[in-house]
Amino acid sequence: MSRYDAIIAGGGHNGLVTACYLAKAGLKTLVVEKNDWVGGAAVSRSLYPGFTYSNCSYVSSLLRPEIMRELELPKHGLQIIPYEGGAVFTQDGGYLAMYRDHDANRREFARYSQRDAENYDRYSRDVLRHCRFIRPLLLRTPPDPTSFRPRDLSELAYIGKKLFDMPEEDIYAMIRFWTMSISDFLDEYFETPVIKAYLAVSSIIGTALGPMSPGSAYVLLHHYMGDVDGNIGAWGYARGGMGSISKALMASFVAAGGEVRTGSGVAEILISNGRATGVALANGDTFEAPMVISNMDVKRTFLKHVDEKHLPPDFVKSVKRFKIRGSSGKVNIALDGLPTFPALPPDSPCIRGDLHFTDSIERLEHAYDDWKAGRYSRDPFLDMMIPTTTDPTMTPPGKHFMSCFVQYAPPKIEGRDWTDADRDAFGQTVLNQIEQYAPGFKNLVLHAEVRTPRELEAEVGLTEGNIFQGELTFDQLLFNRPVPGYAQYRSPIDGLWMCGSSTHPGGGVMGAPGRNAAAEILRSLKKPAIMGDAYAVL
Amino acid sequence: MPSFDAIVIGAGINGLAAAGRLAMAGARVTVLESAPAAGGMANLAHLSTGIDHRIEKALDLASHGLEWAEPNVASTALSASGNHLTLKGAFGESIEGTLSAADKAAWTALRRDLLGNAAALAPFKEMTPPRLARDHGANIWDLVRNGLALRRMGRDRLREFMRLMLINVHDVLEDELGDDRLKGLLAFDTVLGHHAGPRSPNSLLGLYHRISSRVQGRQAALALPRGGMTSVIAAMQKALSTRGVTLRFNAQVNTIRVDDDRVQSVTLANGDTLTADVVVSALHPATTLMTLVGAPQFDTGVVRRVQNIRSRGTTSRLTLKLKSMPDFRGANLRTRLVIAPSSRAVEEAFNAVKYGAFSPAPVMEIVIPGAFMPEADSDGPTLSALVQYAPVDLRMGWARGRGAFLKVIMEQLEAHAPGLGALVTSADLVTPADVAMRYGAPGGQWHHAELSVEQMLFLRPAIGMAQYSTPVRGLYLASAATHPGGGVAGSAGWNAAGQAIAGGGAA
Amino acid sequence: MKDSKLHFRTPLITTPFHARTSAANKLNAWAPWAGYTTALSYSDETMEYTALRNQAGLYDLSPMVKYAITGPDALRFLNRLTLRDVSKLQPGNVHYTAWCDDAGKLIDDGTLFHLAPGRYRLCCQERHLPWLLDSAIGFDVSIEDESEKVAALSLQGPCSFAILARAGLEAAQGLKPFQLMDFAFDGGMLTISRTGFTADLGYELWTTPQAALSLWDHLMVKGADHGLRPIGTTALNMTRIEAGFMIANMDFVSATTALRPDRLRSPFDMGLEWMIDFNKGHFNGRAALKREKESGSTKWAFVGLDIEGNVEAEHALIYDNRKTEVGHITASLWSPTVKRNIALAMLRRPYHAERSGNLWVEIYALRELEYHKLMVKAQVVPRQFFNPPRRRANPPGLY
Repeated sequence: MSRYDAIIAGGGHNGLVTACYLAKAGLKTLVVEKNDWVGGAAVSRSLYPGFTYSNCSYVSSLLRPEIMRELELPKHGLQIIPYEGGAVFTQDGGYLAMYRDHDANRREFARYSQRDAENYDRYSRDVLRHCRFIRPLLLRTPPDPTSFRPRDLSELAYIGKKLFDMPEEDIYAMIRFWTMSISDFLDEYFETPVIKAYLAVSSIIGTALGPMSPGSAYVLLHHYMGDVDGNIGAWGYARGGMGSISKALMASFVAAGGEVRTGSGVAEILISNGRATGVALANGDTFEAPMVISNMDVKRTFLKHVDEKHLPPDFVKSVKRFKIRGSSGKVNIALDGLPTFPALPPDSPCIRGDLHFTDSIERLEHAYDDWKAGRYSRDPFLDMMIPTTTDPTMTPPGKHFMSCFVQYAPPKIEGRDWTDADRDAFGQTVLNQIEQYAPGFKNLVLHAEVRTPRELEAEVGLTEGNIFQGELTFDQLLFNRPVPGYAQYRSPIDGLWMCGSSTHPGGGVMGAPGRNAAAEILRSLKKPAIMGDAYAVL
Repeated sequence: MPSFDAIVIGAGINGLAAAGRLAMAGARVTVLESAPAAGGMANLAHLSTGIDHRIEKALDLASHGLEWAEPNVASTALSASGNHLTLKGAFGESIEGTLSAADKAAWTALRRDLLGNAAALAPFKEMTPPRLARDHGANIWDLVRNGLALRRMGRDRLREFMRLMLINVHDVLEDELGDDRLKGLLAFDTVLGHHAGPRSPNSLLGLYHRISSRVQGRQAALALPRGGMTSVIAAMQKALSTRGVTLRFNAQVNTIRVDDDRVQSVTLANGDTLTADVVVSALHPATTLMTLVGAPQFDTGVVRRVQNIRSRGTTSRLTLKLKSMPDFRGANLRTRLVIAPSSRAVEEAFNAVKYGAFSPAPVMEIVIPGAFMPEADSDGPTLSALVQYAPVDLRMGWARGRGAFLKVIMEQLEAHAPGLGALVTSADLVTPADVAMRYGAPGGQWHHAELSVEQMLFLRPAIGMAQYSTPVRGLYLASAATHPGGGVAGSAGWNAAGQAIAGGGAA
Repeated sequence: MKDSKLHFRTPLITTPFHARTSAANKLNAWAPWAGYTTALSYSDETMEYTALRNQAGLYDLSPMVKYAITGPDALRFLNRLTLRDVSKLQPGNVHYTAWCDDAGKLIDDGTLFHLAPGRYRLCCQERHLPWLLDSAIGFDVSIEDESEKVAALSLQGPCSFAILARAGLEAAQGLKPFQLMDFAFDGGMLTISRTGFTADLGYELWTTPQAALSLWDHLMVKGADHGLRPIGTTALNMTRIEAGFMIANMDFVSATTALRPDRLRSPFDMGLEWMIDFNKGHFNGRAALKREKESGSTKWAFVGLDIEGNVEAEHALIYDNRKTEVGHITASLWSPTVKRNIALAMLRRPYHAERSGNLWVEIYALRELEYHKLMVKAQVVPRQFFNPPRRRANPPGLY
């Protein structure tokens, strides 16, 4: 039995981020991970000979630059390459493209509506204004509005001041934006269905909401507030797949003296006299530490790995109520060659971006209706990318890896578990949709991995296959995340902390929960802060 | 040219409430109504969730004839198999019918929490929404005071209160209750009158809005006025006339004339012009500002905001004349009958309206006034139903859709009351499109503007107009589209008149 | 071009004069302007500037955004949209105007042409179609972006009329400043207005894309003796600074694109209050502007600065008493014509007037890879640094 200062239960990217900071602060830190590899949902897997799959998360933007700098991730090998726009294919054989170049993009939108093309600038400006408010909040612990502790009061005052520093009308506009549906919001700027469809998808990816659900506009913000090398809102590929992020984090952790054990997960978080004392692994190993930080989601942590007798009943009730319904799946495909989309000009840069087939908000909403009824979408939304058009290191020459994020897929099919047959049929639905726009595509498929919420839960450990470790609705955001009263990375048990995406500010390979948790832990240990201030928004 | 201190446009409940308050402040008030009688959209309602207590008291409606045939109507969650569940007393104080002990206990706890949360929100309905600006701090204190008052509920309750603020009712019901009938009924009550399904985020606020009201001091009660909802209006009319308010019917306002950003006069369809320093319009803000005043008088940003007020009506009213009393498989007809088999059924009914169609299996509440007031049924019983969902802009067109929608409603009724179809002597269906047409309410929305979070409090009806004032000095909005929304309560009109008297608004 | 999907190949499009401008652009110095490729300079900035002030220059104005505004309510609409009283703008005349959002903050400025009774053209720097369309709600008016349908040249400089006269367009003699006239040209229509961006004698010529090249060729041939040459944006910008003219998103940020709320500027800030007609009825921003006027809450002043020495003060900060930051420079130039170090600047009030006596400009002057930090004295002066009588002379001079 070995003793540590801190044990991180689960080696996902947030766990690794927390681990890195604790190790850098001089704590003897251990990461335990049930899989034989680390990374959680930020992984590069070899599932077909010669091919590297980003088989869970597939693009990066939200990873905080502060973390990249402080943990020296570029030095540890991380490269992120912005991708070039994207396109939505329309059912009439056309498409709408998104270009990085402002004028090219305006002219593209103007093919549909000149008014929309020009309003896009106003729309971007307005959304950016909301991002400017929220970005500084990502790397701060949410204050408890029911508390009178000085730190809570001062954090509340900070937010209040930021709010009241805005012009009056902007405050209203922001509150309005936060609470409305993306469909209604887009209606205020655009008249073209396909433009609205393209812009709406950021508001539903990973969530159990439809584009017509109020609150979905906030989720859009959640996807827009990232950046790639300072380009706000831009997304990029991690060279070598998303596992490169975990690999760099791991290297940073090891360089700081941290220790990692893979291959056996936490069976139980050990607690005695109301204090966490260590972990017992599934293989029987036990490790002691006065601090255990769980990277697992709040449900998994407290309902599966902590004996209920240690927990207050109200807390257990709150955790049981936590909404973590999965809504998405993934189809990862090894291709014998680059598929051809006849609608796209041969030299279009869009092939290197994200490609969609859902050309109206109504189709997106219909897909959501299926999810509500406990079915996977018959006409699903696909966010399809071919990262190997930018990053040839992932496949043999001439071959390609295609990542299809698919929505919606429920955690259970009409109340029962997914079967292999369901999964295969779901996969076929996706392949068929692509084939419609890229005839001959299916003949290129060498291998396809179909992942439903069931597989995401089984392998990655995400309860109900929810990629954000919990839905992003207001009852579960900020001081309500994951549950009221426990939004500051602490749990009812001394020494047991949370650092996963179940905590503020939520998921998306952002690393912010991991960093915030580390900051709280170091503060509680009265250790000097080793993280700098978050970058200011000028 | 006749001249008044204040002109009120629209003799619905909010217009009348505004006129009453203005008159009590000593103003010479005239109310202009395009229809031949007062009431406006109140005529569509068949039960009351309560008149704003300030109005009831100040105008002494009881002495002007307001009387309740039943001040505390029970609700029956109808089951197609006859296994009904009846919630008695205000918001189900007790439940009659087969219900598991666990659900009974869970309901008692949930009911207490929901009523508590709603009661905590009630004071917000009476305040004029504050402006969130440093230089308008005085106004914010109302908000802060009401906010701080919430702390009195204790930390754990407050945390729960905040969690249950912006949440959808479906998840709450799934978390707490097991019985589909009960969940269906609560889901229905939450979304009645709204463009939302039970799963729409923030939908629980719709329920809070409803159950924060009081009838005779009893929170969340439903009441049937003797003589129907028109008698509420009649009582208010009487109260107004004793205070010298004149009402002009068949007086359609065509234009509100504005000069130098100040209201000057109103001109009627017959050419009459009436002048006043204050004009309070209880019509939909889009009608008031864009049609009566005209977009050219407003800045473009204001025009955009008014155009962006969402007003999607979803509720229809069906009135059936029957040969004899129907039988809903033994349900007590002296209750409100609700067809909403489950929360999921309500959500599925909502799905259709998102795509411009009516629900293939609509949900509804039914009131048979004759069961409460036999005198009302001189020519056979009347069945009145509020039915959801149908859109104002039905994609197939209402000319073709009316019959089809009526058919699915009748099928739903027949399933719960076999033989009902044969009893029908006449049917009158008022769709959201009819509401829009008949009451000049764009969208046919019962709250004029949808009562959704992004159109609440200081966002209602639109940014910059939440204090009932408009960019035109002297012109005030008193429609249900203003805070705190509709529901035949008169609060919006009462609050608006308060602002008009204080002379607040556009500088 | 309209329905092409191939925008990614040519993010910037070319103007109707491109065949000539590209041939003349010996430096291959291009810059984007409103989605077009435009010449920064053709061969020699100094010679181009010199031509503008002493001979004449020809500038491709086509990227200017142009809206055709017609219909029974065109006048009422424009009165609601813009600050000035359009009813005073007679057919055949042009006026300089600006428009604001609800808060009375500037969206853009531009020139409004009353081409024929009820037919207007609004020319400006930025695109505003959504704002124009939404402002037109409640009016019987048609608004069309005709930017690509109109080819435009600016013929500026003391010899500009002489060249027109030689080109067979001597009837332009009758044009007083801010007047316009139609001519037949090359089987089509040519409109000439006595307008410009240089504070000198000058004309702007508006025609169809089809006639563009022949107009260019005709003017270049007829103007050769007067030293007419193509002018790039760099030289034109020098003359516009001397003229004291402002440009949206260079001297102020348009209210429709400003991200930071404190960047917005009102007409009072920009010295455009003379345009505002509060008596013409409602117009966008009226209430806010009235409040600003009555409360005197104007924060900024757009001024001209005469700076000591001859080192350009580009993007410099301005201090009161060498220490309190009170403003910044938006455009600067060592003016070859007036031989002064001039700048356009935003100053916080009251440093533009009563407290303008102790202003200092912090200049970082790059000389052979090293910065010299200078703190030099500056004085507020009228923005029109150069304003010769020949600009307004009637009839125009034959230089």
